[in-house]
Order: sequence, then structure tokens, then C-alpha cells
Amino acid sequence: MLRTGRDPYWKRKAKALVESRAVTGSLFDRKAVEQVRRGLKQWQGTVYADWTARFPEEAKEHQTASGIPLKPIYTPDDLGNADYASQGFPGVFPYLRGVYPNMYRGRKWTMRMFSGFGTPEDTNRRLKLLLDHGETGLSVAFDMPTLYGYDCDHERAHGEVGRCGVNVSSMKDMEVIFDEIPLGKVSTSMTINAPATVLTCMYAGVAKKQGVPISKLRGTVQADMLKEYIAQKEWVYPPEAHLRLVRDLMVFSTKEMPLWNYISISGYHIREAGSSAVQELAFTLADGFGYVELGLEAGLKVEQFAPRLSFFFNSTMDFFEEIAKFRAARRIWATVLREKYGVKDKRSLLMRFHTQTSGASLTWQQPLNNVVRTAIEALAAVLGGTQSLHTNSYDEAWALPTEQAVEVALRTQQVIAEETGVASVIDPLGGSYYVEWLTEQLEEEAYKYFDRIDSAGGLLKAIKTGYLQREIAENSYRLSKRVEEGRDSVVGVNKLAKEEKEPIETLKIDFRAQRSQVRRLNAVKKTRDEVKVKAALARLEKAFGSEKANSIYPMLDAVMQYATLGEVVDVGREAWGGFKEPMLL
Amino acid sequence: MPRKSAAVQRRIRILVAKPGLDGHDRGVLVLARAFRDAGMEVIYSGLLPSPEQVAQMAVDEDVDVVALSLLNGAHMTAFPKVKKLLDKMGGKDIVVVGGGIIPEEDKPRLLRLGITGLYGPGSSFEEIVEHVKGRVRKERWRD
Repeated sequence: MLRTGRDPYWKRKAKALVESRAVTGSLFDRKAVEQVRRGLKQWQGTVYADWTARFPEEAKEHQTASGIPLKPIYTPDDLGNADYASQGFPGVFPYLRGVYPNMYRGRKWTMRMFSGFGTPEDTNRRLKLLLDHGETGLSVAFDMPTLYGYDCDHERAHGEVGRCGVNVSSMKDMEVIFDEIPLGKVSTSMTINAPATVLTCMYAGVAKKQGVPISKLRGTVQADMLKEYIAQKEWVYPPEAHLRLVRDLMVFSTKEMPLWNYISISGYHIREAGSSAVQELAFTLADGFGYVELGLEAGLKVEQFAPRLSFFFNSTMDFFEEIAKFRAARRIWATVLREKYGVKDKRSLLMRFHTQTSGASLTWQQPLNNVVRTAIEALAAVLGGTQSLHTNSYDEAWALPTEQAVEVALRTQQVIAEETGVASVIDPLGGSYYVEWLTEQLEEEAYKYFDRIDSAGGLLKAIKTGYLQREIAENSYRLSKRVEEGRDSVVGVNKLAKEEKEPIETLKIDFRAQRSQVRRLNAVKKTRDEVKVKAALARLEKAFGSEKANSIYPMLDAVMQYATLGEVVDVGREAWGGFKEPMLL
Repeated sequence: MPRKSAAVQRRIRILVAKPGLDGHDRGVLVLARAFRDAGMEVIYSGLLPSPEQVAQMAVDEDVDVVALSLLNGAHMTAFPKVKKLLDKMGGKDIVVVGGGIIPEEDKPRLLRLGITGLYGPGSSFEEIVEHVKGRVRKERWRD
């Protein structure tokens, strides 16, 4: 999957799914299904036909947002193959019905709201406040210069410092962010990709200074570079170089930081970039298999690292297709890991995932409607069995959210958890003819995509030739045209729209963060031991030059000598250069 | 007076670009397809070019139009910079249009510099394509 293609496994799986639909399995009695089929035919020819002749249906054809054609109704005949083993029980292979035996009856999903802003001091105050309120899971967002590996005084950082997250230019900033926060006791999620290794090193460095053994550190870095090339487009180096760093991080963490979740495999950005549910499912899982192969290349056993992999999905407006997507993802992951990669350990088969509602589904027109959209998307995530959830705020199509909007977003989850009763029964939509049928359709489409990715030469090649990116761009154009032609409706935009003034963006560029960050960076450079910094960076350069070396050890030394983020990342820029995206038109 | 009737007839060549630290390319890739389907020759800058690179590309590719898109709030520095560089590099007659998240209060200054369109989310392809065609028509008929 990752580097080479053509495993007949994918085609076989897709074919088996299609063929299994033609036979009646053990769940239904063959005669009873035939009766259903006859009954349905009769109903369609009489009751349904008469009715629609008198009251014609509005739309000629119905399809899911991914374009899967829909019938007016589903019956046991659509699940003729059903064999209960393919559905199973929660906490048991193939985990279609949920990863834990009692799901939300035991513990509700984690309501994890992602945020970050301003200076390290601002973020430190915010994190301490959250800890005072009983939160133990911290989440940190970074600004664009940090995400692209530039120090705050770099030309390209101008005007961007501290704008959509906190700026980190050296370990000194991390010391401020986590000042008086006991790193041995909290878990920290850092949304960082290209420089994830550097930030992990800085976090470990702060822990060492606090006297906390790094083997105790719990947390997550996103570090999913495959999806960066596919969708989010925040890279520094060519794909091979970033994969090598991820590989080093996998090996380092397995040895030194066994509780560190070093990759969060993300479909969220793939979806936001304009893909369909099928593409989100297929490309994200393909990335997952890619990391499995990367770990194997590094000489690790799947059982050593798979329990540390977690997923991150989008939840958007096609309610049932989203639910089917989450369920299909669990079944594919467990099935492929067991069958293709020979995994036996149960913990390695579980697909645990975080969900965020869709930012792209929010409209700036009639923004209060977004509360409703987010509620529906959140409900789909819960019915799909998510482990944690971030709900967007209704004003995010304009700017960063206000406090009141964030509160409504959090309350939306709490209403679902406390008032609707959906958490009482595990996988309550399991067994719905439509949902089970749709789950299988999505699986089939995903297996076909895996085969196409393999045919394109494997994942890495499919990224470097732009195949996956073009697939997404074409779908996003298809969706935009459907809205423009009125075939898809967006309330308040192309349907039931009102004349309204464009809202004025409220967020202003503030240079306060940039000034104070540059001041601290200059102070760091004045007080550090230049000889030691140079020597550490030279060792890092040597490690980058040797495929056999693990670069995380010298990187940790370098950041602890206060080599800056930009300096560390620049060593790689020298070694590997940048990356020019393939033509995506 | 038209410069040349061939020039008036020539297919519109348009460069679409995001001149900044901004990887949100969904809109720009969709628009590139809409321009292509409207019969234009589309050139895409790729991600993360500097304003200098965008201007250079526009001149080298001899385009009629540069369409700029930014969603990261840096439009007030990046858009005027591209325009200024174009003027300096002999691309004074290249039409510059822009879009993204552009607050109302920023628009007058951009319009004064000749950067027009300034479309945001919810604008239709038709509207944007017509605007581009209209500006090119005017530019080509100018002596």
C-alpha cells in the first residue's frame, strides 16, 4: 500500500462483498426473504405507484452526498447475505458495533474542545484555568509559522505570530506554556504535523527539566504527514523525508515514551478539502495502512505500535452516510489488520477515533442555523460510536469563535449526552436495513479505492503524482456545482436565502504577540551556549544523513540546548530541500 | 481602438495563486476548474509562492489575469504587493482580481489599487467568471 502496489487482496474483498449480497445468509430465512421480495414488488407496483402517480415525488433521483444512488426503501432483501458474525457484538471483532463492550453506558465520549491563541503566557493561563476546572486533557493549537517550522522573526512569519494558535520558536516558549503544569499528571494533545518531532522533543525537554521521566508522558501529536500532502498542505520537506521522521518518532516513542500517541490519522482535513465520505473513509484508512507498513519497515511489530494509533474523522450533514462511514471504518480496520497484516492482539484491532463536526458545512449567512447543523453532525458522530468529540461554534464561518458561541457548542454535546437517551443503547442503529446496507456500500467503495491506489503505484506515488489530491478537487468541484445548480440545497445560501450584509470580520491582526515572541527569542539566543548549539545541530545533520540513525535523540539534545524551531527544521531543509506539489488542475 | 483583433479574440489566460502561508486550497482549485470550464487557459501557482514569485510567473506566462485568493487574513499586505510588483515588472496591463475572506472595510483600499472582484464565500461561479471576462474585455479594448 505505502510504496508499492497491486495486492489482489483489495479487489478480492470488494468482490466478496458484492457476491455475498447475492446469497441469503444465516440471519434470514431464505423463504421469508423471498416473501419480502415478492411483497415489496407488489407494494411498489400498487400502493407506492398509485400514491406517487397522485402525489409525484419532488426529486427524480436520490443519492447520498458521496453519490451512492438510493432506493425509496430498504428491506431484509438488501441484507440477504447477512450473517450475524459480520456485525458481531461491541468490543468484539469486527467491532462494527463499537470498540468497547458497553460503550456510552460505561463512559460517555470525551468532550474535547480544541483551542489555542496568543502568547505562551496566554496559553499557560488558559491551560491552568482548565485544570482548575477539573480537566486533565489539555489541547494546544499552534500558529502558522510554528506549523510550517519558521521562527517568529522569520520574514514569512510576519503578521501571523500567535494568530490562530500559540507560537513556539524555542523550548523556552514550551517552558512558559507548561509552567507549573505537572507533565507527569496531565495528557496533552498537540495539533502539530510537519514539526511534530521537534515539538515532541521540546515537550520531553520540559518534562526532563521538571524532573518527570519521559516514559511517563501521555499525550498526542497529530504527525499525520500523509494527509498533509493529500489535504491540509502543511509540509516542509518531500514526503520521503517526513515519513523518515515519523518512522524515527515511532521507534523512539515505542522505546522511550510508550504512552505517547505519536500519530493521529486524520480524515478530518481530507473531508474539509472537499472529498466525499467514501474518499474520506478510503484515503484515511489507506494512510493508516501506510503507517502500519512504515512501522513494519522500521522493524517494529504491529502489536507494538498499533495500539498507539488513533483516528480523527469529520462529521458532516448527510446523517446516515456519516453514521455508516464510522461503522464501516471500524470493520475495515479490524478486518484488514487481521487478514492482511496478520494481527492477533485485540488492542491492535480497535479503531478508536475523535470526531469534529464540519467547519465547511457552516455558513456565514444566517449563522444561528449553524447551531442546528452542528447538533445534527454531533448526533451522527455519537450514533457512529466516537470516543471523543469537538463541536464547532456557530460563528466560525466569520472568525475565531466568541466565548458564548463556544459554550453553545459544548452544551450541544451535553444535551445529546444528557437529554436524548441515545447513549443508553449500544449502536442503536445497528440492524437498520438502510444503515447496514449503506455501511456495506461504503466498505465496498473503500476497498475499490484501495485497489485503485495500489494500481496507481501505492500511496506514496499516488500522493506524488497528485492522484489523490485531484480526486478530492474534482469532488469538491462537483459539490460546488451541485449547489450552484440548485441540485443540493444549503438553507440560507441557495434556498430560503435572505438579503443580508456580509458580516464584518472581528478578528484584528495584533502584533503584541509577535513583538513579545521576538523579544524572548532574542534573549534565548543571547544566553544559550552557542558552541553547544552548533555541535548539537551538527550531530542532527549527521543523523539526517544516515538512514540507519534515529534522529530524535540528537534532536532532543539540540532543542534542550535551545536550538530554535527554525534552526532545527532548517537542518532538514538543507538535507532534503522542500516539496513542490504536482499539478492539480 | 483594439490593439489587435486576434488579441481581443484570444482565450483568456489566467493565473490563480495564493501568495502566502496558507494551505487552504479548496476554493482556489474549484475556481481554477470553473475558469477552465468557462473556456479560459488556467495556470495554477501551486502552494506557498511569495508575492515576488506570483508576479514573476504572471509576467513569464504572459497572462491576462491574476486571480489571488487568501483565507489567512494577509490580503492587505500580499495583494497590494503583487500588484506593485506587476506594475514594476512590466505587467501593468495585467488584470488583478482577488477573493477569500475580505472584510468590507478592507475593500475600498484594494479597489483603489485596481484589485477588484473581492468575492467571498457564497459567490457564484457565474458571477466571478463574468467579472473576470468583463475586466479583460475592457483591458483589451483600451488603447
